[in-house]
Amino acid sequence: MIPGNVGAMTRVPSTARVGTATAGPDGVPDGMPAIEVHDLARRFGSVDAVRGVSFSVGSGETFGFLGPNGAGKSTTISMLCTLLVPTSGYATVAGFDVVKQRAEVRKRIGLVFQDTTLDDYLTAEENLRFHAELYGVPRSQAADRLADVLHMVGLWDRRGGIVRTFSGGMKRRLEIARGLLHSPRVLFLDEPTVGLDPQTRAHIWGYIDELRQREAITMFLTTHYMDEAEHCDRIAIIDQGEIVVVDTPENLKASVGRDRVQLHTADDARAAAALHERFGVDASVSDGALTFHVAGGEKFVPRLFAELGVPIAAVSIARPTLDDVFMAYTGRTIRDAEASATERMASVPWMRSRHR
Amino acid sequence: MSTSVPDGAGRTGSTSPRTTSGKPARMLAGSAGGPGAHPGGAPARGPAIPGAEPGEAPAPSRHQAALAPVRVAGGRWQDDIRAVKVVWRRELIRFGRNKLRIVTSLVQPVLFLFVLGTGLSSLVSRGVPGASHASFETFMFPGVVAMTVLFTAIFSSVSIVWDREFGFLREMLVAPVRRGALVVGKCAGGATVATMQAVIMLALAGLVHVPYSPVLLLILVGELLLAAITITALGTALASRMAQVESFQVVMQFVVLPLFFLSGALFPLRALPAWLAALTKIDPLAYIVDPMRRAVFEHVQTSPAVHRLFGATMTWNGWPVPVGVELGLTAVIAGLLLVLAIVAFSRTD
Repeated sequence: MIPGNVGAMTRVPSTARVGTATAGPDGVPDGMPAIEVHDLARRFGSVDAVRGVSFSVGSGETFGFLGPNGAGKSTTISMLCTLLVPTSGYATVAGFDVVKQRAEVRKRIGLVFQDTTLDDYLTAEENLRFHAELYGVPRSQAADRLADVLHMVGLWDRRGGIVRTFSGGMKRRLEIARGLLHSPRVLFLDEPTVGLDPQTRAHIWGYIDELRQREAITMFLTTHYMDEAEHCDRIAIIDQGEIVVVDTPENLKASVGRDRVQLHTADDARAAAALHERFGVDASVSDGALTFHVAGGEKFVPRLFAELGVPIAAVSIARPTLDDVFMAYTGRTIRDAEASATERMASVPWMRSRHR
Repeated sequence: MSTSVPDGAGRTGSTSPRTTSGKPARMLAGSAGGPGAHPGGAPARGPAIPGAEPGEAPAPSRHQAALAPVRVAGGRWQDDIRAVKVVWRRELIRFGRNKLRIVTSLVQPVLFLFVLGTGLSSLVSRGVPGASHASFETFMFPGVVAMTVLFTAIFSSVSIVWDREFGFLREMLVAPVRRGALVVGKCAGGATVATMQAVIMLALAGLVHVPYSPVLLLILVGELLLAAITITALGTALASRMAQVESFQVVMQFVVLPLFFLSGALFPLRALPAWLAALTKIDPLAYIVDPMRRAVFEHVQTSPAVHRLFGATMTWNGWPVPVGVELGLTAVIAGLLLVLAIVAFSRTD
């Protein structure tokens, strides 16, 4: 990829990037989706963790699964990584069936789990070497590749350090490096920033964004942080085991439509009346300001100044956030959803331990 | 924009110095329009960072060129051999790094040998002509060395449960290698570690009047290795079925301790009540302790009475079982347990 151009194109849904249909080195046509999922479902006893999801992720795309804890994100990722057999439906990753061609899939995916899967007693380098050997990275290339990924996550200087002495953020970075070591076509990141402090989270996203630009890699990630989902090309909002909607973050926010406008005026009562009369907008008064929702806020504001007839002291427009999007599509906030999901999970105690 | 997998352009370049195997490498840096692409393929081996100019100090994390992807073949038996080796090596690294464990693992056998052994010897050796304090300790020595192997091997293999607890097992389970390779590596590693630990105990031989005869030591090490393989395979099979660390206690109480007590490590398998004699004959560890003890007594000078008392061998219906049969039997059991371990581990998720 071209670093100079990347900034401009990061938001382009990557289906557009897939052009030629030449066969890749793995014999997989480049034009085909990296992940294809049809009606995938998984049931644990009486609980439907995933109830028939379908979606497709283009080659080179960064695709996010956004939803509360217990929505079925980790279960879906486990099925795609061949760790869990679906109850019904099917899925292909890098062109291979996740049930029938597990070994083929495993060669082509990298995994970064929620929980650390490093050996605490080994050094960073030894952990990576272990991985390189298990994945059959050719010996002639292993050393260079290992140096590459360690430099990328800024752990080259700590390569000889025992992992036990690493901070949570360093461990996560090391796992990302390890996930990339064997040049996977698809990198799965299950809650890559969970349990990290905000600064480290920002750091991790820095690496992930860099990665998108640098490696021609498809990324599938899950998160329950709304702000993090913005790093994706496309997002699927998942709730109670079902996909509610799939689109780009921009389109999703646009589909919610209305921006929130806050207005400080000399006379709020008269302004509210004027808003209702001239624009047909109902405003509410709170904290000494008028608040109302309107589509295309930035185009509305000039009209406001021209036509309101009441002096305006200050105005602010807030874009809809993905929180608003989640609210709009599911009818509840993500926090409420998490509370009810926890209850749902609590009825199957062993599920919590198996799918932390 | 280039396609996501830049294969064509990268391959047309000159053969990369990294691909000694002759297979074409997927070099992202050589893709059409790639930034900092070295014309003709990959950069030389020198700089770790593709795209970095020679002599230019590489920024630790922000080098801008693409990483050079590697090509992973997989699915061949060579890959399984590599997996076996690396799992084996990991066990050795972990063993070597935990010096404290090596020392603490010696405490128990030393207590058994020198405290229990000395304490009981006056009782046991009374009235036996030619028996000294050392006779009983000499008798216990092979048993205690076998115990060292037993405990170390079981601990090494059951560490799979810890690997599960701390997540590392997942890293192994998702790898594109046969589960059997992981089991073989794990057993080989556990067996090596257990044998090494037992060899430290063997070094104490002189203290219990066992001569440092190279032949004897070689025989003992060989027998210890066989025991270690058997027990690691057993431990791996058990650990594959264990979900929690707490289950380790169950294994210790119901498997390891009975195996140890019935093996004849602590008392001669002679003139026992029928029920106890029957139990000792089905303990696989007894068929390791017995040959080891025979080897030891062949190399020490004692009176015939002591030999009769302590040198008694395993018998089946009055027939003294030859060492070859005992070791052959153990090897068969080891093989069966290994297959069982592979089957059990393959079902792990």
